[in-house]
Amino acid sequence: MKFLASLLALAALAAVPFFVGAYPLGLGIGILGYATLATAWALFSGPTRYISLATVAFFGIGAYTVAVLADLMPYPLVLLCAALIGLVVALLVGLATLRLAGIYFVIFTFGLAELVRQLVTYYEVNVTRTLGRYVFLPLGPEHIYWQLLGLLAVTLALAFWISRAKIGLALRVIGDDPVVAAHLGVRITRTKLALFSLSAMVMTLAGAIQAPRWTYIEPSIVFNPTVSFLTVIMALLGGPNRLFGPLLGAFPLFLLFEWLSANFPNHYSIILGLLFIAIVFLLPNGVLAAWDKLMARFKRKEARA
Amino acid sequence: MSLLTLSNVTKRFGGLTAVNDLSFTLTAGETVGLLGPNGSGKTTALNMISGYLPVTSGTIALDGTTISTLGPERITHRGVARTFQLVRALPSLTVGENVLAALAFRKDPLWGKDAEARIETLLANVGLPGRQHEEASNLTYIDLKRMELARALATEPKLLLLDEWLAGLNPTELRAGIDLITRLRQSGITILLVEHVMDAVRALCTRCIVMNTGSRLADGPTADVLADKAVIRAYLGDDNA
Repeated sequence: MKFLASLLALAALAAVPFFVGAYPLGLGIGILGYATLATAWALFSGPTRYISLATVAFFGIGAYTVAVLADLMPYPLVLLCAALIGLVVALLVGLATLRLAGIYFVIFTFGLAELVRQLVTYYEVNVTRTLGRYVFLPLGPEHIYWQLLGLLAVTLALAFWISRAKIGLALRVIGDDPVVAAHLGVRITRTKLALFSLSAMVMTLAGAIQAPRWTYIEPSIVFNPTVSFLTVIMALLGGPNRLFGPLLGAFPLFLLFEWLSANFPNHYSIILGLLFIAIVFLLPNGVLAAWDKLMARFKRKEARA
Repeated sequence: MSLLTLSNVTKRFGGLTAVNDLSFTLTAGETVGLLGPNGSGKTTALNMISGYLPVTSGTIALDGTTISTLGPERITHRGVARTFQLVRALPSLTVGENVLAALAFRKDPLWGKDAEARIETLLANVGLPGRQHEEASNLTYIDLKRMELARALATEPKLLLLDEWLAGLNPTELRAGIDLITRLRQSGITILLVEHVMDAVRALCTRCIVMNTGSRLADGPTADVLADKAVIRAYLGDDNA
């Protein structure tokens, strides 16, 4: 029944481009893009509680892969290359960093995103001698929308499967207490590396799919750290440990940020920061968990009455 | 036949030697007490056996194979399980999931229906029958200890390390705890028990090893060791010896 409802919802969402204009479709693409990033982020960071700020590193790598390879090979092959590059970078980074924990991991991932941006900038300025690149692909916004919808559906299906599989339990055990995890036989590094890489592959694809939309890309656009922060805040708002939590956070926050950046372009960052603080303080486990807690309280009150 | 052998094991933290040249063996099926005043290195020794801390020098062998070069997950797969001095529950999991975590990642993993049946048996054996759906974070102290024990037993260990498992229990709980460990002992499992509750040590251990300032002070039958003047001096000071 739930599966059927999901398929119907997917079909309804897939039909959206036939009925809406360019602007709402653009918003739809933005929401799907962030919902995918936030869901992918929560795959790893939800259960392990490792706050990664490297989202934009993978997102930007995806976009740049498309910009560099689009003229050289067919589009599906470009996407495959992007996913593989994302995977290789994630494996290398993961091997180096997943032994870090807490604040050290957060700082490293933030530094990593900046490092990748600086490396790409250096290469473009000194080797190719052009800062930006053009992406000309015969893809309309509806094609981008459908690809992102497909990627989001696959990511949600993966998240659903992982939450019920042994690897999902392993991640939750690691998130609760890595010392106990090791003493129960959980292969900690291997488990974290697998999920970090899977999550990074999805992020890379999300960047790759959206690259044709911008036509012109440069490091400051596709490696903008705000993307990493927005992803975290969206996942936290909805609840990173619920299947639809990140999706639920992405929807209102993307619309809010669009409105804020259009109406308060000079104060946008300040409001974003305040909102981030408010969410972490008021809804540490997300809206869905807060809702469940509220419902449980009501039920207890009713039972007493 | 010796199950566990520590040979000249030393652990240093910077300038501090927490365990100094410690050697002993455990025979399969024994229940041995590891005693000593606070800071004598008992928990550090346990941490090295379970792989939580690497040894500075010396070797630890299980069934004749060196394990002191392995990490805790591999040592668990070889048949060592432990509880912790301060109970370490997995608070976001249910009681059943805490035990499932041990079943799912042990050397011979269990999952699904088989695991559910095993969880029921394990919880019943430690005195938590039918409690698998409760949140672990809601358990009382003694029940957390029971759950931690069920989780350790779920890995099917040859050697069980209990770090002050009976500490902090009231007299009724203590009685129940001693009975529980007695049943485990009768099942043939080898137990190394760090403990300060002397009644429990007398009731459970045939042999005791006493540590003081990182070194082995005494090793022998429980009654002899507890009457040893050097042991009494280490615990209570010169005036009482």
